Formats: sequence, structure tokens, C-alpha cells
Amino acid sequence: MAAISRALNAPTVVEPTEAGRGLWSWISVVDHKRIAHLYFMASGLFFLMAGIEALLMRVQLFAPNGHFVSAELFNQLFTMHGTTMIFLAVMPLFIGFFNAVVPLMIGARDVAYPRLNALSFWLFLAGALFLNSSWFLGGAPDAGWFNYAPINTSTYNPGPGIDFYAIGLQIAGIGTLMTGVNFLVTILNLRAPGMSLMRMPLFVWTVLVTSVLIILAFPPLTVNLFLLMFDRILGTQFFATAAGGQPLLWSNLFWVFGHPEVYILILPTFGIVSEVVATFSRKPLFGYSTMVLATVAIGFLSFMVWVHHMFTLGFGPWVNSIFALTSMIIAVPTGVKIFNWLATMWGGHVRFAMPMWWVVAFILTFTVGGMSGVMLAMAPADLQFNNSYFVVAHFHYVMIGGSLFGIIAGLYYWFPKICGRLMSERLGKWSFWFTVVGFNVTFFPMHFLGLIGMPRRIYTYAPGLGFTTWNEVSTVGAFILGVGVLLLAINVVVSAVAGRVASADPWDARTLEWAIPSPVPPYNFADIPLVRGRDALWVEKTHGDGRMLPAPAAHDGHAPPGTVHMPRPTALPALLAASVLALGYAMLYRSVWAAVAAGAVAVYAIHRSMFTPDPGEFMRVLSEPGELAAQGGAH
Amino acid sequence: MAQAIEAEGGAASKAHAAFPGVDNATLGFWIFLSAESILFASLIGTYILLHTQTNGGPAPRTIFDLRLTFVGTIALLLSSLTMVLAYYQVVRGRLSAMRGWLVVTIALGLVFLLETAYEFAGFWAKGLTLQVSPFGSAFYTLVGFHAMHVTFGVFWISSLLAYSFKPQFPEESVTKVGVMGLYWHFVDVVWVVIFSVVYLLGKAV
Repeated sequence: MAAISRALNAPTVVEPTEAGRGLWSWISVVDHKRIAHLYFMASGLFFLMAGIEALLMRVQLFAPNGHFVSAELFNQLFTMHGTTMIFLAVMPLFIGFFNAVVPLMIGARDVAYPRLNALSFWLFLAGALFLNSSWFLGGAPDAGWFNYAPINTSTYNPGPGIDFYAIGLQIAGIGTLMTGVNFLVTILNLRAPGMSLMRMPLFVWTVLVTSVLIILAFPPLTVNLFLLMFDRILGTQFFATAAGGQPLLWSNLFWVFGHPEVYILILPTFGIVSEVVATFSRKPLFGYSTMVLATVAIGFLSFMVWVHHMFTLGFGPWVNSIFALTSMIIAVPTGVKIFNWLATMWGGHVRFAMPMWWVVAFILTFTVGGMSGVMLAMAPADLQFNNSYFVVAHFHYVMIGGSLFGIIAGLYYWFPKICGRLMSERLGKWSFWFTVVGFNVTFFPMHFLGLIGMPRRIYTYAPGLGFTTWNEVSTVGAFILGVGVLLLAINVVVSAVAGRVASADPWDARTLEWAIPSPVPPYNFADIPLVRGRDALWVEKTHGDGRMLPAPAAHDGHAPPGTVHMPRPTALPALLAASVLALGYAMLYRSVWAAVAAGAVAVYAIHRSMFTPDPGEFMRVLSEPGELAAQGGAH
Repeated sequence: MAQAIEAEGGAASKAHAAFPGVDNATLGFWIFLSAESILFASLIGTYILLHTQTNGGPAPRTIFDLRLTFVGTIALLLSSLTMVLAYYQVVRGRLSAMRGWLVVTIALGLVFLLETAYEFAGFWAKGLTLQVSPFGSAFYTLVGFHAMHVTFGVFWISSLLAYSFKPQFPEESVTKVGVMGLYWHFVDVVWVVIFSVVYLLGKAV
């Protein structure tokens, strides 16, 4: 509580070396870079958990009439695998990158709302722990990640699993919504002088559009989860048909959220790929303006295609035709991006370091996933594909071959900036081949399985249907893929401890984050840099002396010389998230008194956050102004 | 909860003003309100879909009493005016006048909430419960969500009123009252839509 009461005092001067020691410094963290570490660690663990769930399913499906897991457990496994991968692994891994590099790329010292940023992380963690505690407290959710009505109502699903789903995702979702608001304001308001919108790195553009998607897509999910909770706890009649409720209301509200969510999961990868491809081709990104336009167009269109998840629900040929067309149109801006990446490499001095390996793998596999996506968008054909393994093959090609390959590329690319050390290329290549080969061996046969009629989400199948061989291949592939991911995890841990020490700019890169030392000091920029063109650092390398010029009059007027004004650490966000977690369990066990008690703590924390002034603190800058690049020993 | 945005002056952001004229708190709150708009749009859409499903229970046409709801509506709309007057005073640095208008705003908000509670109790007594029909579920959920927003607003104004006696208040007062005003007006505008769609159309159709 010391940090809370300290907040009433006037600003103090602190040393940057004091920041970040001890457990309390993590609980009271507000620094976006350390919050990024928390996101990476937590979502990395959930990613491994969801991967193990996938392997258990593949073992079960290896042979016909398998009995490795029960049907009930299999339902829980595929539900938790999907829910965890989407909400607790891939999305927070991206948010880790938002936190790790966006403020650096725009020349800011932190995000717009550092405390809210911490709250976002703690709410994500609270929701994730809540959801996963279901394994030990009566059974995990088992109605699939899109959790259709009426199978999610208490009539058909009386156990606590669906309550864990509804409350857990609600808690994590609120955190994600705040992340969207935070990064949209950060990008609009905190750009360094000279960085106009059309000078922003493409990754920042994709984060901007992703934030808008989060802000506009999550509220329908929030409402949907509330309606479900009311049906289950209070006995309302939203989704039960007996009294005239509408199960399709759930489906529509879910996919109004769910389809933009798919783009929330892929747009940041487009940004990462754009940064990597330009840096390693030593060329400006080809067609920057069209890339921006394509990103915005995809974001816009993503709200107009949700019915393509429900072509078989009987909305009629007109509705299906319109949504089939809008879905196919999305292939146009996506194709623009693919060709722009290829054109960036064309004629460039391409260097094949690990990030670039993953980018090339991404372009190939994501294109396969995009093609099967266009096949699924054709409504008449979808009547055949729907609910088969063809769909499973498609979305794993875009989620692994798309989102995840981009995340891994970004990990290799920014790891030296985040941890101050380079990841091992040798281990990286082993991991690369195991992952890429394993991935294709696992998921390519699923196209065939779908086309010959294997439905998704069945826990076993009879012999003699022609499913056996491809399922065996797929399971073998899954374990090869597992080895690749394990090697990647080993590479991360080993390199973080004993990797080659990185300079400030190990890739000879183009954007602002490479102008400051690796790892980055708590205040990021000793002087707010002056941005004189797109690819701000590259402009200085080619037109200046390779160092960023300080922006005139960018210094805080009231900070003592040699210091910068920084937000002060506080544990209020962690306290608020803990009380929301307690509130979740109170709702789960239908305990009014526990809910009132937890709610009271939450109200206290909100009130305290809103009406306690944060004077911040003055942090001493490590070296002389203007020697940013020299600090890390670059060049 | 996202109102926590409002509290952060953004120590790390002082040196920047890339988006001219709008400070972080105000911009962030406008963006947050866009999410709130979608939230209410989803609830209103749910209500429109389900309001005809009365399951043998009371129907909108027979149960709504426009005269009663009109009282609450007028109180809430007037409270927007008094919130503007409070902002008008704080911009000019007149804190005691601001406090006066905020007290009036709280009083009008409480009138609205009491009216809603009275209305709910009456409806419930006539057999319109949360559980009786999809109409009942959707009605109480939509109007209840809005009433929760008004309740939060009343707490917010009260807390700010107490905070306005702190020595550091004058420096940050305009932003703090401005952002709170945004919230309050938003809740009012949503009520105009709810009143039209739920009550007026419910009586007309």
C-alpha cells in the first residue's frame, strides 16, 4: 500500500536504475515496456497450454474409435483450445507488441494512460485465470469457442463451464476494450513532432485500425455475454425458444463481434510483416499509401461480412449473396498487401535473417489460407464445406500460417529491442523447419478430410470411412509442429539469459525504436526526437549523421534539468482487477454478499484512481542529450 | 470503469500535442463513448427483435404509462441543461456556482432514478417480470442498463463535488467537469432514443 499513499506527495526525483526491482515493482508497474513483458510471459504460457490441448485432441483422433479422452473431455478441449488461442494467446501476444514498440515507434515516453494500460493487463490476466480455473472447479466450457445458443443455456448445459466462459471473457474483454482506447489515443495524441499520420510506420497504422476494431467490435460481445449470464443466473428468456426467445440473436451478436475479431488477429501481423520486409530488403515499403488504404479498407469491410459464418442458418439467398460478395471483396485489399510485400523484396538487397524467413513462410501459407477463405465465401459451396474439417484447415492456415508466423517474425525482429539480446539463429532455423513442416503436415490433410466429409468437433470416427490415414498424418504433423514450438520457447528462454548482446540497431533498421538503446531505458527517449520523414531513423542515416535530432522545445517546462516527467507506479490497477476477479467468483457461486464486498473494493479502487492526483515523478536521464544512439554502442 | 481515463493527466504526455486542440482525457472519452454507443445499439437491437414476444404476459401497448415516464424524461433532459450551466461556471472559474448547478443535476438525476424504480415496481406488480417473456427480459435489461449508467453518473458527480474542495482542483477542473459532462449528455441522448423506440413506438404500434 506504500505506493498508493505515496501518490499524494509532490513529484520526487528517481534514478532510472531504481525502476524495476522486486515483486512490488511488477505489481505496481505502469511502464509500457514492462507491461509488454507481462503480456508476453502470460500469453506465452496460455499459448503452450492451448497447444497441449490441441495435441491431446490429435492423439484422440489418431485412430478410429479412439478412447484416449472421453467425449465430454474432448468437447472441453476443443472449446478451451479455441477460446484460449484467440482470447488468451494470440490477441494478448499482439497487445504485447503494441506495448513493446508502439510508443517507441512514434517517439513517445509512454502510452496515453499508463495506469489504464496496467489495468488492461491485470483484467486480461484475471479473466484468463478465471476461465482456466474451470478445469478444477467443475469442468471447462464445452460449447465451442462461439458457444452457440441454445446449447449454452442452463437447460442444455447445467454445469458451471459456460458461466466460466461468460464471466471470464467479460473480464478479459473489458481489459481489451481499454487497450483499444488507450492505443488509439496514444497514436493520435503522442506522436513526436514531425510524425504526421502518413509518416507513421505501417505497424503503427495497423495498431490504429486494430484499436478501432476493438472499440467497435467488443461491445456486442459484452452485451451478448451479459444476456447469456442473465439467462443463466436470473432466468431471463433471451435465447430459450420455449417462451419465444431467439437463439439466432446470440449467433448474430457473436459474429458481429467475431468477424472483426478475426481481423484484430491478423492486421497487426500485416504491420509486423511490413516492418520486417522493408528492413531486410533495405528498401522503403513498396506502395506505403496503398498499404495504409488497404488496412483501413479491411477494417471497414470486416464489419460487413459476419453472416458468412452462418450461411447455413437459412437467412435466404439475398442475404447470403450480399455477404458472399462483401466477403470476397476483402480479398482485394489483402491481395494488394501481398503484392506490395513481394514488390518490396523485388530488387532489394534481401538479407535472410530469422525474421525474414518467417515473413516468407507467412506470405506462402497465408496465401493458401486466403484462397480457401475465398472458397468458403462462396455461399453455395459453403453449404458443403460448412462444419467440416475444411473450415478447420482454412482458419488454421490464416491463424497459424498468418497471425502466428507474423508474431514469430516480430519476436525475432524486436527481441533485441525488448531483451537487449539477439535470439539464436541456429536454434531458430531448427525451430523454423520443424514448425513450418509440422504445420503443413498437420493442416493440409484437413482440407482433404473436410472434402471427403469429416465433420469438425467429433470426438471419434468409425473405421472404413476413409478418414484414418489423413488423421494419422495430421497427428504426426502436430507433434512435429509441437517440437518446433518447443524449440522456439527454448530459444526465447536461452537467448534472454545468454544470447548475444544486441546493439541499439542490430538490423540496420529504419524506424524510431532503433534509435534508442537496447534494452530501452524507462523513459524511452532522453529527448523527444524530431521526425523529418517517413522511416524516421533511415532519413537521418541517409540525410543526417545517423542520430535523431532533438525536437525543439519538446522538454518538460517544469522538470528539473537532466530529468523527465514520468508516471508514478501504482498498485491500484492490480487491486481493481483482483476485486473484479473476486466479483466473478461471487457471480459464479451466486453469492450476493461476496459480490457486494468485492464490488465495494472495486468502487474504492475506481474512486481512488479517478480522484487521486498523479503528480508523477522526475526520472534522471542516463546520459547527455543527443547521445541516444551512442548509449547502446551502435555503429 | 473506463472512466479511469479521465483521471490521468498523462505525465508522460505533456510534451506532445500532435492532435491539435483535444487533450488525452477528452479524446479518449469520446472514443470510449463510441464503444458505449455500440453497446446500447446492441441492447436496443435486442429489444426491437424481442419486444413482440410477450409469451402471454403484458405487452408494451397495455403496460406503458407515458405520463409517468414523461416526468422522468423531463427531469433527465433538464439535468443536461444544468450540467451545461455547471460547465459554463467552471470555465469562468466560479466554483461555488458550479457546485450549485451540480447539486441540481444530482437532484434531477435522482428524480429520474426514483421514477424508473417506481415504474419498474408497478410493472412488476402487473406481472411484467424479467422471466415472464422475452419482452420483459429485453425491456428490463435495456432500461436497467441505462439506469445503471445514470446511477454511475450520479455517483461520479457526487464524488467530483467532494473533490472540488481539494486545493489541486482548480487546475484540472475544466477537463474534469468537461469529461463528466460528456458522459452525462451521452446518457441523456441514449435516453431520447430509448424513450422514442421503447415507449413512444410501444404505444403507437
